[in-house]
Amino acid sequence: MRTVAVGEHALLVELGSGEETEAFHSELLRRRAAGTLPAVTEIVPAARTVLLDGVAEPARLAALIAGWEVEPSHARVEPAVDIPVRYDGPDLPDVADLWGVTPREVARIHSATAFRVAFCGFAPGFGYLTGLPAAYEVPRRATPRTAVPAGSVAVAGRYTGVYPRASPGGWQLIGTTDAVLWDPAREPAALLAPGTRVRFVPVRVGGR
Amino acid sequence: MTDRAFAVVRAGALTTVQDRGRRGHAHLGVPRSGALDPYASALVNRLVGNGADAAVLETTVDGCAVRPRCAVTVAVGGAPCAVTVDGRPVAWGAPLRVPAGAVLEVGAAVRGLRSYVAFGGGVAAEPVLGSRSTDLLSGLGPAPLAAGAVLPLGPQGPDAPGCDVVPWPAAPEELVLRVRPGPRDDWFTDASLRDFATRAYRVSPASNRIGLRTEGPPLERAVAGELPSEGMVLGAVQVPPDGRPVVFLADHPTTGGYPVVAVVRERDLAAAAQSVPGTPVRFIPVR
Repeated sequence: MRTVAVGEHALLVELGSGEETEAFHSELLRRRAAGTLPAVTEIVPAARTVLLDGVAEPARLAALIAGWEVEPSHARVEPAVDIPVRYDGPDLPDVADLWGVTPREVARIHSATAFRVAFCGFAPGFGYLTGLPAAYEVPRRATPRTAVPAGSVAVAGRYTGVYPRASPGGWQLIGTTDAVLWDPAREPAALLAPGTRVRFVPVRVGGR
Repeated sequence: MTDRAFAVVRAGALTTVQDRGRRGHAHLGVPRSGALDPYASALVNRLVGNGADAAVLETTVDGCAVRPRCAVTVAVGGAPCAVTVDGRPVAWGAPLRVPAGAVLEVGAAVRGLRSYVAFGGGVAAEPVLGSRSTDLLSGLGPAPLAAGAVLPLGPQGPDAPGCDVVPWPAAPEELVLRVRPGPRDDWFTDASLRDFATRAYRVSPASNRIGLRTEGPPLERAVAGELPSEGMVLGAVQVPPDGRPVVFLADHPTTGGYPVVAVVRERDLAAAAQSVPGTPVRFIPVR
């Protein structure tokens, strides 16, 4: 673990792996809930880092963090969400080819996976979900689509994501969901936040 | 009947509602947003007796025109511009009373880019996640102004305008941005880092509320490969593959995968928001 100053009011904490990042993020949330974390405005986890922004004394916080014993992330019980999916995405055959299985197997493997939101970004409510084994990593599409429909369930790299609203995008679309990922009028607005556990529940194409 | 609202007569190139922005939602991918020149927006709010959280209008280049449906105290500041009420010249940078039904015309910026218009009681657009700011990256908050749109005003507080005269910083002839190197300065060659710290850049016309883009000597990578996405702060100087530094402004994405060579001091970003395309830019490393 290494901490780097980012400007005057932020710290970037670098971790060794995605798993360590998740554990460190959980530790931050635990300490914030317990009231033992100095005030920070933002805690932004990402692939291998956690950014702490709006920190009054970054050097002091860095010294504090250096002395922490971080518990494994499974020690925390995170909220869980089921997302119904129709595995009918236009890239399902391509993903099946890349995985070396049938499209039906893609749906089975994907829906049997326990996912966790590693971090959010790209758009409000867009989560980067980890959980698929490394063997199922796929590249982004060579040419991004100019319009991906809201509710598209997609894979790219080691991540799965659901598009909260129609937007351009280069991920491989394997399905669609009616779940509302982002609704500013709802509390909480985001269905998925860093740490949320997710399962995709298959629903029959053409039916409910 | 008092109808506390105003109608948009002329929207201008881009006029948005802005307050101090959304905090605490970056982990959900929500940018902070908010007025790009927070000093100017705070000053116009003070001039009309508003609190610091009241929402104002932020114009871009060519101002806007509005018709209040009620008599209201207004102040225009930020980028200097001609201001008229029903065609008659009135003061810029001072509180003024606009009668119900009169047209307040905020002219094109004479210097700088963005003028701010405060109304007594503030612009009372529906808040989203605690802020009325228009976020152009993710489409949160009220839509940019369009001719014919009607926006509500909040109740005028009991306070008299806080002051009559306030000091205004001049729009910069040269944009000097003090930066703290890192977190990813080690991704660039020593020669590039010297260029970055010593050579002149210019504000690119492709700049917007998301970032101030620059033209100048491209920075060369010392490290090949891709940086895994990481959290981004306001003022981050991100270097995309073309090597030209982009300074992240209020509507910046909350995570990004291009290395950040340095971070601009928050105090210097208001000047960045007022720098017209072509303005010389210097990045000054400070520790």
